[in-house]
Amino acid sequence: MQALNGLVWGMIIALVASGLSLIFGIMDVVNFAHGEFYMVGAYLGWLAIKLSNSFWLGLLAALASVALIGMAVEILTLRPIRGRDPLYTLMAMFGLSIFAQQSILALFGPLAKEVKEPVAMKISFFAFEYPLYRLIVVGIAFIIFVFAWLFLQKTKYGVWVRATMQDNVMASAMGIPVKRVYTLSFALGTALAATSGVLVAPIFSVYQTMGLSIIVSAFIVVVIGGLGSLQGAILAAILIGELQTLSSVWISPTYARVFSFLALIFVLLFRPQGLFSISKRR
Amino acid sequence: MGKSTAMKSIMGISPPAVRSGKIRFGDTEITHWLAYRVSRLGIGYVPEDRRIFPLLTVKENLRIGLDVFGVVKEMKKNMLEKIYGYFPRLEQRLSQLGESLSGGEQQMLAIARAMVMNPRLILMDEPTEGLMPLLVEEIKEIIKVLRQNGVSVLLVEQSAAMALEVTDRVYVMEKGTIRFEGTPKEFRDNEALMKELLGV
Repeated sequence: MQALNGLVWGMIIALVASGLSLIFGIMDVVNFAHGEFYMVGAYLGWLAIKLSNSFWLGLLAALASVALIGMAVEILTLRPIRGRDPLYTLMAMFGLSIFAQQSILALFGPLAKEVKEPVAMKISFFAFEYPLYRLIVVGIAFIIFVFAWLFLQKTKYGVWVRATMQDNVMASAMGIPVKRVYTLSFALGTALAATSGVLVAPIFSVYQTMGLSIIVSAFIVVVIGGLGSLQGAILAAILIGELQTLSSVWISPTYARVFSFLALIFVLLFRPQGLFSISKRR
Repeated sequence: MGKSTAMKSIMGISPPAVRSGKIRFGDTEITHWLAYRVSRLGIGYVPEDRRIFPLLTVKENLRIGLDVFGVVKEMKKNMLEKIYGYFPRLEQRLSQLGESLSGGEQQMLAIARAMVMNPRLILMDEPTEGLMPLLVEEIKEIIKVLRQNGVSVLLVEQSAAMALEVTDRVYVMEKGTIRFEGTPKEFRDNEALMKELLGV
């Protein structure tokens, strides 16, 4: 049972971390506000579900809205400071994170919001029952990753994204509209976080600091998986999800996080570039 | 000094601080254009250190140039066949990653990648650097083919002997300024310069 929970949690982290990794891999932006896109996605999802009475419509509305917000953030916040000291980007994203949290607090209040599971059925595994919805979450995440992989490997834009990731100057000299690639990648990365936020809402509820609780794990996953690597982020997320969940059988969930940091230290010592790093030229 | 910077400035990839004066391509002033617009205007670029995309396959490296211009499928096929005709070795390595190619093959790919965009002008920054003589000959032939097909080539080359063989006009650049400008014949007739640059 805990192993299944670990897989579910791993897939939730993987969705957030893959977006984070994509944004860093392409734009060199350490997106400190990424957890807030996850949180804002969950809130918008909750609102859209309430208005439409459909979880799935709410999910689509939330990810589309957050993708648009992501585009606006990239164009209005990141684009003007591109090429400057990375500290500018860090400060901008940190400021955005605080702004998002306080705005959500002002708009929706401090109380957590509940979202009902869209599928209430439970399925039996040997001696225990497991909520079907959680397995659906794993399935949806898996389908998203397959589509993300197909997009990156098989489409024109996917090749542009990978080329930009490897050498943005030469990509531009080859006629690739690098600015547009940045904007679309940022939107895609934030939409992945929002999807994760909505999917997790029926499991953990929606609250204003939920972004903070996942972002540390997501950063650990991105470092372990290798900056910019989608498959690295997925595998590392499953590893961290299982580590955190299985270890919390014996110790408190707070202390269980220690194992994630141990894994991080281990990787930094023996393979500092991460398990699947992508070499890039700047 | 300044030759590569001049090329990068034309392509719009040098830092704006080093760019001064005006850059025109035909009647269009492109001094402050972004690289992707310069490229779409019909200027291909073969950089000094090749800079092929190491984790894209040979086919993907070539495909970028075709996709950027929205070339129709049939024309894409024809263009690729033409390119494979010039670079048969690349056709044998279509599914290999760029990083797995030899230095010479990478240089071929860098040139093919620029050619596939069907440019009016190709900037080549020391395309023969570090290559064995056989490959230098192949690149000379390609430059001649480009000229025959009406594609202008702006070539930066340390080897004056090689440059004189394939060019119509010669510019000798030193510390960012042009020291000599003329035809290869005028260059050869300038004994002082010939002695200094070629030792003859």
